[in-house]
Amino acid sequence: MSTFNSADIGAFKDVWVFCEQRDGKMMSTSFELISEGRKLADERGSQLVGILLGDDVDGIAKELGGYGADKVLVCNHPLLKVYTTDAYAKVICDVAMEYKPEVMLLGATNIGRDLGPRCAARLHTGLTADCTHLDIDMEKYIEYLDTSSTLDLSNMKFDMEDRNLKMTRPAFGGHLMATIICPRFRPCMATVRPGVMKKAEFDQAKADACVIEHPSFTLTEADIHTDVTEVVKAAKKLVDLIGADVVVSVGRGISKDVEGGIKLAEELAEVLGGVVGGSRAVIDNGWLSADHQVGQTGKTVHPKIYVALGISGAIQHKAGMQDSECIIAVNKNETAPIFEVADYGICGDLFKVTPLLIETIKAAKAAK
Amino acid sequence: MKIIVCVKQVPDTSGKVAVNEDGTLNRASMATITNPDDLNAVEAALQLKDETGAEVIVVSMGPAPAEGMLRELLARGADRAVLVSAREFGGSDTYATSQILAAAIKKIGLEKDDVVFCGRQAIDGDTAQVGPQIAEKLGLPQVSYVADIHKDGDQITCKRMLEDGYMTIKVQTPCLLTCIKELNTPRYMSVSGIFECYDKPYEVYGYETLKDDPLIDPSTIGLKGSPTNIFKSFTPPQKGVGMMLEGADKATCEKLAGMLAAKHII
Amino acid sequence: MDFHLSKQHEMIRKMYREFAENEVKPLAEEVDETEEFPVETVKKLGKLGMMGIYFPKKYGGAGGDVLSYAMAVEEMSKVCGTTGVIISAHTSLCCAPIFEHGTEEQKMKYLPKLCSGEWIGAFGLTEPGAGTDAQGQQTTAVLDEKGENYILNGSKIFITNAGYANVFVIIAVTGFTTNKRGKRVKEISAFIVERTFPGFSVGKHEKKMGIKGSSTCELIMEDCIVPKENLLGKIGQGFKIAMQTLDGGRIGIAAQALGLGEGALEEAIKYSKERVQFGKRISQFQNTQFQLADMHTRMQAAQYLVYAAAMKKENHEPYSMDAAMAKLFAAEAARDVTCKAVQIFGGYGYTREYPVERMMRDAKITEIYEGTSEVQRMVIASNLGIN
Repeated sequence: MSTFNSADIGAFKDVWVFCEQRDGKMMSTSFELISEGRKLADERGSQLVGILLGDDVDGIAKELGGYGADKVLVCNHPLLKVYTTDAYAKVICDVAMEYKPEVMLLGATNIGRDLGPRCAARLHTGLTADCTHLDIDMEKYIEYLDTSSTLDLSNMKFDMEDRNLKMTRPAFGGHLMATIICPRFRPCMATVRPGVMKKAEFDQAKADACVIEHPSFTLTEADIHTDVTEVVKAAKKLVDLIGADVVVSVGRGISKDVEGGIKLAEELAEVLGGVVGGSRAVIDNGWLSADHQVGQTGKTVHPKIYVALGISGAIQHKAGMQDSECIIAVNKNETAPIFEVADYGICGDLFKVTPLLIETIKAAKAAK
Repeated sequence: MKIIVCVKQVPDTSGKVAVNEDGTLNRASMATITNPDDLNAVEAALQLKDETGAEVIVVSMGPAPAEGMLRELLARGADRAVLVSAREFGGSDTYATSQILAAAIKKIGLEKDDVVFCGRQAIDGDTAQVGPQIAEKLGLPQVSYVADIHKDGDQITCKRMLEDGYMTIKVQTPCLLTCIKELNTPRYMSVSGIFECYDKPYEVYGYETLKDDPLIDPSTIGLKGSPTNIFKSFTPPQKGVGMMLEGADKATCEKLAGMLAAKHII
Repeated sequence: MDFHLSKQHEMIRKMYREFAENEVKPLAEEVDETEEFPVETVKKLGKLGMMGIYFPKKYGGAGGDVLSYAMAVEEMSKVCGTTGVIISAHTSLCCAPIFEHGTEEQKMKYLPKLCSGEWIGAFGLTEPGAGTDAQGQQTTAVLDEKGENYILNGSKIFITNAGYANVFVIIAVTGFTTNKRGKRVKEISAFIVERTFPGFSVGKHEKKMGIKGSSTCELIMEDCIVPKENLLGKIGQGFKIAMQTLDGGRIGIAAQALGLGEGALEEAIKYSKERVQFGKRISQFQNTQFQLADMHTRMQAAQYLVYAAAMKKENHEPYSMDAAMAKLFAAEAARDVTCKAVQIFGGYGYTREYPVERMMRDAKITEIYEGTSEVQRMVIASNLGIN
C-alpha cells in the first residue's frame, strides 16, 4: 500500500463499478452502471470490473457479466453483510490501492453517496456527485454538447487527445449543467443518478464468461465504529417511479381536494398503465410519501408519458421530468412554466379536465 | 459538550436564476439563503442544547458577507460563530473544502463528547460530499441521512434513511452526522435572539489562523489544490414549445386522446 | 438623517415575514370565516418574543425596541389583520400601561406572563356612552369599608381581545375633583383587573365587518372586587394613563393599517402581472401602473410616519402628535389602497377567493378604533395650538 500514489496517473487502469447489493439482492442501478461502464471501458480500451461487497454474494456476481462486466471482484465477509461506512470504505480503498483502477463509478444512492466521498477523501482524489452523463472520447463529448447544450461550439477549441473522464451533472437545482474533470489524480470517481443510464440487453453468454476473483483484504470488528442494530424495510410497497413507463404527477393544484385529486391521478395512471408521482409541494405537505417525489430533490424520470396535473413547473421539478418522451400538462394558469416543456398543454381545472381525459383515453384505447 | 455545525450560504435556486453569457451562475444577482439542510442540522444541535445545555458553534466557509447568515443562526440560539474565510481558500472543491473545515474544527477543538453536524447536502452543488469527507479527514465515524437522533451519554442512536427503509445505527462521540429535512422543523429566530446576536462571540479564521495545520497545504486547498475542475458549464437547451390545446372541455380531451393514439403513444 | 433600517431591524423583518408567511397567512382566511380567535398562533408569537417585544428582559420581554414592535404588527397585518390587532392591543393597551405606570410588584407579577403569551392582555376604556368622549365614563370604583378592595361597577364595550384576555387595564371613576379652570370634573383612575376576580364577567361577543378573529366583547363588572394594590398609578391619574396608553396604541394601529395596505398592494401587484385582458397582462396598462404607483407612494409615506412615531417613543421624545398623524394617514391610506386593490382584481376581488376583500373590510376599522380619524385631527390641531 505504501506504493499507492493517486497522482501517479500512469499507474492506473480499468473502469470499476461499485455494485451495490442490499440483503443479498443486486440493486438495479448496478446493472445501469455496468452498462454505462462498458461503454467507457471500450472508449478507453480497458477492462470493466465490478466490485461487489457482501457476505456470500458470489451467486449474484455473474449476472453483472451479462450487462458487460469482464470481471467481478467479490469481497465476502460476515462484517460486509450489512452496509457500514467504515467496513465498506476500508475494503474498497484497500483493494483499490492494490489494483489501481482508473475510473470508479458508484450509484448515487443513499449508500453510494455515503461511501463515495469517504473513499475519495481517503484515496486523495476527486469525486463528482450525481452525474447524468459520462464521456471519455472527446468526439463523443462534443457530439453530446451539440445536442444537449446551448453552447456555440463552432468557435471552441477542444483537445481531441484528452482522455480524461468528462463527468456532466446538473448544478444549481438544474439551472446549469457542469462538466467536471479530475485531471491530476486517479481514480476518477463519480456517483451516477439511478435511473439515468440505460440498462443494456442482458447477454447470458457474457454472463457465463465473466471472471470472478476474490481479492485479499483484512477486516476486523475494530475497524468498524458504528453499530447497525436494525435494518427496517418500509412497510408499504414503494412506488417504482424510475422503472415506470407512465407517470401521472400531481402538484399544488390538488390542494382544494387532496384526496379527490390523488384519486383522479390514480385513475388516469391506471388507464395509461402507470404510477402516481408528485411535486415537491405535494410531498412537503404530506399528501404523498417521499418515494413519490419527482424532481431535483426527488427522482429523475423519463417515462414514455408524463402527465403533470396542477404542477406549475418550478425548475427543480422540470429537472426531474423534462426528458420524458411525451409530456402532457394540465394547469389552470396559462403562464405556468410547465407548459414550456409540455408537448401538449391544456389550460383548465384539473378536477374538470382529468375525468374527461380518463374517459376519452379509455375510448381511444378501446377503438384501437 | 460542544456541537459544531457546518453551514453554508447558498444562492436561492428556488427563485429566478440568472446565468451569465459564459454559462456560469450570476451569483451577484441572486438572493442568498442558509442552505436548507443545514438549518435542520442547526435545529438538531439546538434541540440537543435545550436537553443537555451543550454549546452550539456554527462554522461556515465563505466570503465575508456570510457573516449575516451566521448572525442569523446566533439569533436562532447558537452560542458562537466562526467564519472561515481567505482568498487562499477560494475555488475549493469538496475535497479541499473538507480539508479546510476539518482544520477549522480542529482549531475549535474536538473533545470526547463533542458532535459535528452537517446538512446532508447544499442546494447549489447537491453533492452531499463535504460531510463524509470532513469525517474522513478528522478520522471520525459518520452517519449520513440522519432522520432521528437520541443521545445517551457518549452514545448516539440515529435513524439513518435508505431509499427503501431505514437503519438504526449506534455511534460513539465524537462523530459526524449529516441531517435531512425529515429530522425536524427548524425554529425561527427569536426577537431577543436577534437583539443579542451581534453581542455573541464571532471569530474569523483566515489563512494565517489555520496555516500551521498539516491539512492546510497549498497543494490541497483552494482552486489549485482541488482534485476536480470545471471543464465546461452550460445551460441545457429549452425544449421546443409544445402544443397548447384550445379549450378544456370534452372535445379538447378527445382531440388529445386522438393525437396520442395516432402517434402510438397510447 | 438615516432612512435605512439597522441590520437587526432588517433581520427582524425577515423573521417576521417568514413567520407570517408560514404560520399566519395559511390561517388568515379560516380565521376570517370562522371568526375564531387564533389561540395557537398567539402561543407561537409568545414563544418567539412577539407578545412583549419592547419590554426589558427583566420583565420577561424580548429586550427589543418600539420600532421592532411596530414592524411586527405591520408584517402580521400584511397577511392577517386579526393577528396584527391582537399583538397591538395586548402590547400597547395592556403591557405598556403596566410597564409605564405600574409598581415594581405589579410589573413583576403581570409582565412576565403577558410577555410570554401565557396571558393575554386587554384594555377597558370605551363604554356605551363614552367613546370618543372619554370623559363620559360611567364605571365606578369605590374603596370598601375596610379600605382593602375597590368595588367596580359598570360595563365596557368593544373591548379587543376580551374573550381570551386574562388581564385588563380598566378605567373607572373614583370620585369628583376640580380642574385647573375650577370646574367640577370626574376623578378617573386605572386598575389592573384579572379575569378571575369576583364580579367580573365577559359579555356579548360583537359580530364585526372585519378583523373577525379578534375577540371583541363587552365587559361587565358587578360589585367586582379588585385588591387595592391593583390600582395602576395614583388615584386620579386614570385619564392621563388612558390618554398616554392611546398615544402608544395609535402606533400599533397605524402599523396595522400600514400592513393591511402593503399586503393588499403586494397582492395587487402580483395579480396584475398574472391577469391577462385584451391579450395583455393588466400590469401593461398605464392605468394599472399609475394606480399601483400611487398606492405604493401612499404606503411608503405611511411607513415613514409610523416608523418616525415609533422612534420618537423609543427615544422618549414627545410623540403624541406623531402617533396621531401616523394613524390618521396610515388608516386613510389603507382604506383607499385596499379598496383600489379590490378594483384591480375586478370581479375576483369582490369574491372571497382572493384576500383583498378581507383586507378592505379589515382596513376600515383602523379609521375608527383607538381614536377615530376625527379625534386624530383634533389631537394634531391642538398640538399645533389651534383651539
